[in-house]
Amino acid sequence: MKKAFPIIFLSVMIMLVYLPILVLVVYSFTDAPNIGPIHSFSLHNYVTLFTKEELTSMIWGTVILALSSALLATILGTLGAIGAFYSKKGASSFINAMNQVPVVNADVVTGFSICVLLIVTFNISKESYVPLLIGHTVLSAPFVYLSVVPKLKQMDSSLYEAAIDLGAKPSLALRKVVLPQIMPGIVSGFALAVTLSLDDYFIASYTKPATFDTISTYVVNATKGSQTDIKTALWALSTLIFVIVILVVVVMNLSGKGGEKRRGKEDF
Amino acid sequence: MRALRFSRKQLGIPYALFLLLFVVAPLFVIIYYAFTNGEGQFTIANLQGFFTDPNTIGTLFYSFMLAVVTTVVCLLLAYPIAYVLARSNIRHKSVIVMIFVLPMWINFTLRITALKEILTIIEGNLAFHPFLNSVIGMTYDFLPFMILPMYTTLSKLDNSLLEAANDLGASPLQTFIKVTLPLSVPGIVSGVVMVFLPSMTNYVVLDMLYNSTYIMGSLIGSYFSAYDWHNGSMIALVLLLIILIFTLFTNRYEEDGSKSRGGAIL
Repeated sequence: MKKAFPIIFLSVMIMLVYLPILVLVVYSFTDAPNIGPIHSFSLHNYVTLFTKEELTSMIWGTVILALSSALLATILGTLGAIGAFYSKKGASSFINAMNQVPVVNADVVTGFSICVLLIVTFNISKESYVPLLIGHTVLSAPFVYLSVVPKLKQMDSSLYEAAIDLGAKPSLALRKVVLPQIMPGIVSGFALAVTLSLDDYFIASYTKPATFDTISTYVVNATKGSQTDIKTALWALSTLIFVIVILVVVVMNLSGKGGEKRRGKEDF
Repeated sequence: MRALRFSRKQLGIPYALFLLLFVVAPLFVIIYYAFTNGEGQFTIANLQGFFTDPNTIGTLFYSFMLAVVTTVVCLLLAYPIAYVLARSNIRHKSVIVMIFVLPMWINFTLRITALKEILTIIEGNLAFHPFLNSVIGMTYDFLPFMILPMYTTLSKLDNSLLEAANDLGASPLQTFIKVTLPLSVPGIVSGVVMVFLPSMTNYVVLDMLYNSTYIMGSLIGSYFSAYDWHNGSMIALVLLLIILIFTLFTNRYEEDGSKSRGGAIL
C-alpha cells in the first residue's frame, strides 16, 4: 500500500502531461481535420510537412538559426568563462553580473530592447538577419558561460602549471590541458544554446525579418489562420520533434553512463 | 616587432564587449526612450501615462493575479511530484525524473497547440473560461521548471535530520512541517522564480488559448506593432524594475537558480 501510492500518483501526473502530446501523435497519422472521428490511417500530414515549401523552409531556417547562434554563443561564452576565471575578482564579478542580466530578464524585454537598440537606434535592417542572430546569441551565451564556469572551478589547476613548466606555450597548454577538462561543460552549453534558440518565440518575433519564420512564430500565426492542412501538418511536426527529443535524451543518457560518477549527481 | 603576448584573461574581452554592447547598452537605450518623446525631448509623460491610464494599471493587476495563481497551482502540483520522486525508493528514479522534464525540450508553441486541442474537446468553446485556460496553459508550460529545482533540493536533503526528528518524537506531519519544508525553501524559491516572471510576460500562451485580456508582455507587443518605442520602453522599464526587485528579494534564498532554466540538460 505504502509503495503503491507514489507509483499511482506519478503515473496519473505523467498521463496528464503526456495526454495532449500523445493525442496529436495519434491524429498526425490520420486524415482527420480535427480531433474527432477518425476515418482512416494516412501519412498525408507528413507528406505535406516535407513537400510544402513554406513548411520546409521554416523548419530549415529554425535549425540553421539554432545551430549558428549556438555556435557563436558557445565560442563567446566559453572564451568569456575562461577569461573571467583567470581575471581579477573585480573584472570577473563584473562579467558575472552582466552575464546574469539576460538570464533573469524576461524574454519579451530582452527581445524588445535589442530591437530598439539595433533596429530603431542603429538602423540595422531586420532583413539582414543580424539582429535575429545577435538576439539569439544574447539569449543563449550566458547559459554556455554558466555551464563552463563550474567545470573551470573543478579543474585541477596544477596541470596547466605543469604543462607550462614542461615548456608548453600558454596557447598549447590551453588547448591540450584546459580545453579537454572543460569540454563536458562546453558540450552541454552548446546543447542548451540549441534548445533555447529552438524554443524561443519572443526574441525572434521582435528581431526577425518580415518574411522569415521560426517554428514558434510560424505556429503562433498558423493557429490564428484557418488553413486545415497546415494545422494538421504541424501535428506531424510535433510528433517528429517529440520522437527526436526522446531519441536525443536516450542517446545522451546511454553515452553519459560512463561519466556519470565523475560528473556528479547534480547533472544527472 | 613586439612579440604578441598571450594572456588567458584577455580571452574574456570579446565576451565582455559583446555583453556591454548587446546586454548593457540596450538597457540604457530603453531608459532613454522611456523618458523621451517622438522629438527626442525629455519627458515624464510616458511614466505618468503608465500610472494614470486605468488600462495599464488593470493590466498590471491582471498579470499579477495570473502569475500568483499560476505559481501557486504549479507549486501545489510540483511539490508532491518532486517530493515523491526524491523521497520514495521507487526504481528507475532518474528515468522518471527525465520523463517529467522531457516536455520542456519540445517547442512550447507546439505543446500549447496540443493542449488547446484537448481543452477544446473538454470545454467546447475556449472563450468561456479565459482565465482558467490561461492558468492551465501556463502551468502546462512551466511545470517542469518548477519540478526540477525542487527535486534537486529535496534529493539532497540530509536523511539524518529526518531520523533525528523522528527519534526525538516528532510525528511524520511535524517532521514535514518543521524539518522538510523549511529545508526545501531554496528549491521552492528557484521554482517560483522560474514560473512567476514568465507568467507575467508570456502573452503567447494567452493568445493561443484565445484569452484576449492583456498581460504586461502583451503591452510591449502592442506598442511594438504600433512602432511606439517610447511607451513600449516605459513598459519594458517597469518590467525590468519588477524583475530587479524580485531578484533582489529571492537571491537570498535561492540556492543556484541560474541553472534551473535549462538545468536538466545532461
